[in-house]
Amino acid sequence: MALLNKDGSRLDGRGVTDLRPLKITAGVLNRAAGSCLIEWGRNKVLAAVYGPHEVFPKHLTNPRRALINARYIMAPFSSQEEHGRSGPNRRSIEISKVARHVFENVVFTERFPKTMIDVHMEVLQSDGGTRVSAITAASVALADAGIPMRDLVCGVSVGRVDGKLVVDLDKYEDNLGESDVPVVISPRTKELLLFQLDGLLSKKEVSEGLDMIFEAANVIREKQVQALADKFKDVDSGDLQ
Amino acid sequence: MILEEIKEDYIKELLKQKKRIDGRALDAYREIKITKDFIQNAEGSAIAEVGGTKVLAGVKFDIMTPFADRPDEGVVMFGSEFSPIAHPDFNAGPPDENSIELARVVDRGIRSAESIDVKSLFLEEGKVLGVFVDLYILDHSGNLIDTAGLAAMSALKNTKIPKVEDGKIIRNEFTGKLKLVREVAVTTFEKIDGVIIADANSEEEVASEGRMSLSTSSDGFVCSAQKSGKAGFSKQELMDLIDLSSEKSKELLRHI
Repeated sequence: MALLNKDGSRLDGRGVTDLRPLKITAGVLNRAAGSCLIEWGRNKVLAAVYGPHEVFPKHLTNPRRALINARYIMAPFSSQEEHGRSGPNRRSIEISKVARHVFENVVFTERFPKTMIDVHMEVLQSDGGTRVSAITAASVALADAGIPMRDLVCGVSVGRVDGKLVVDLDKYEDNLGESDVPVVISPRTKELLLFQLDGLLSKKEVSEGLDMIFEAANVIREKQVQALADKFKDVDSGDLQ
Repeated sequence: MILEEIKEDYIKELLKQKKRIDGRALDAYREIKITKDFIQNAEGSAIAEVGGTKVLAGVKFDIMTPFADRPDEGVVMFGSEFSPIAHPDFNAGPPDENSIELARVVDRGIRSAESIDVKSLFLEEGKVLGVFVDLYILDHSGNLIDTAGLAAMSALKNTKIPKVEDGKIIRNEFTGKLKLVREVAVTTFEKIDGVIIADANSEEEVASEGRMSLSTSSDGFVCSAQKSGKAGFSKQELMDLIDLSSEKSKELLRHI
């Protein structure tokens, strides 16, 4: 099955480095300290941040820093295929773990000892690239909650379909393509905070793929900043002085 | 383990001079030993030892219904068990996130490398052979992932395909060996205070801020990657690690 059109464009008409339509909205929930809805292609992910609050279970309390409690989960109706089972599965447990590592890197956890910060990522509709969408949204939700961070992280995937490297794979390209590399970076330091890879790739392809990701991250970052600016546009800075 | 935590400062001090707590070079693995066919009742098995770490891999076959989107392919499944006999901090119970991550990282390397010819496991419409690879951690002295990967590859390389008659497996009769299309090893590197080392022991793992696991095949492809832990990696660090992983995976695969 061909995954690229004869003119080299992708089945949905995108060029190899084009992102799907991306919309980020900050502050969409009332009770959470911070929240964000990301709509990226058909993906819809809602991120919410609670805390810093007391640690539960208590014996995990770290006297030196806050714990990050990251939870990535897919709703049972989120996929285009069959009804999924609700609750965590092996895949979501693994993704929650590596997502937690991302936020442990950027959040100034040492400023909130003996506490816990919850980062919930609910995938409501999925279409490939949900983990990078979720982490991109959660980063905005953390900023919305006023949690001090070293950087606003963002992510996107790169992969090879029909022998060509393409950015921001949808579900079809992910399933039928030859590889998938979801990456989360810190745009400020250019460090890879989440890096996973599946499929056969040469070193050169990994290198080129990462350059495509760094390029795409500029666009994503801009949308994140804009979402936060929109949320806080009515705040009168005069009150803060 | 508190004893391992106390050594953290000492490990970091040594690494500043490019030295390791057990005297190894930064990129050196501990001694590797493979024991094949340890479990005769399994269709394939192997114990891999890397230094003081010991992992037993067992391979069993069953008749299965194929996945709907892959009707002509056998099913391959990886599980792992962090047995309480292996470490004072391991408790009996359902797999935790470390156990799940280990099984999935080993799985992804072997699956992406297309090591097992899954089409050869097709029996008839609606029936395929399922291959279950279970990774039993017996002794944990660091670098479980690479040891488990090595145990899995060794076990699969010595796996016999059971005879199937009238839709049933005849145990202890075989039609031949499981053919491996491509061999792959997972290599894990830990980052401690900015210094990257291969094959960390358990004390070094406690001191580590982040790790990168790369599976590279015998013909030089990167088959899977998993970054874990708080520390980030630069692109250059990743590129250097791909080279080092290719070199080290050849070294590891010589033992299987």
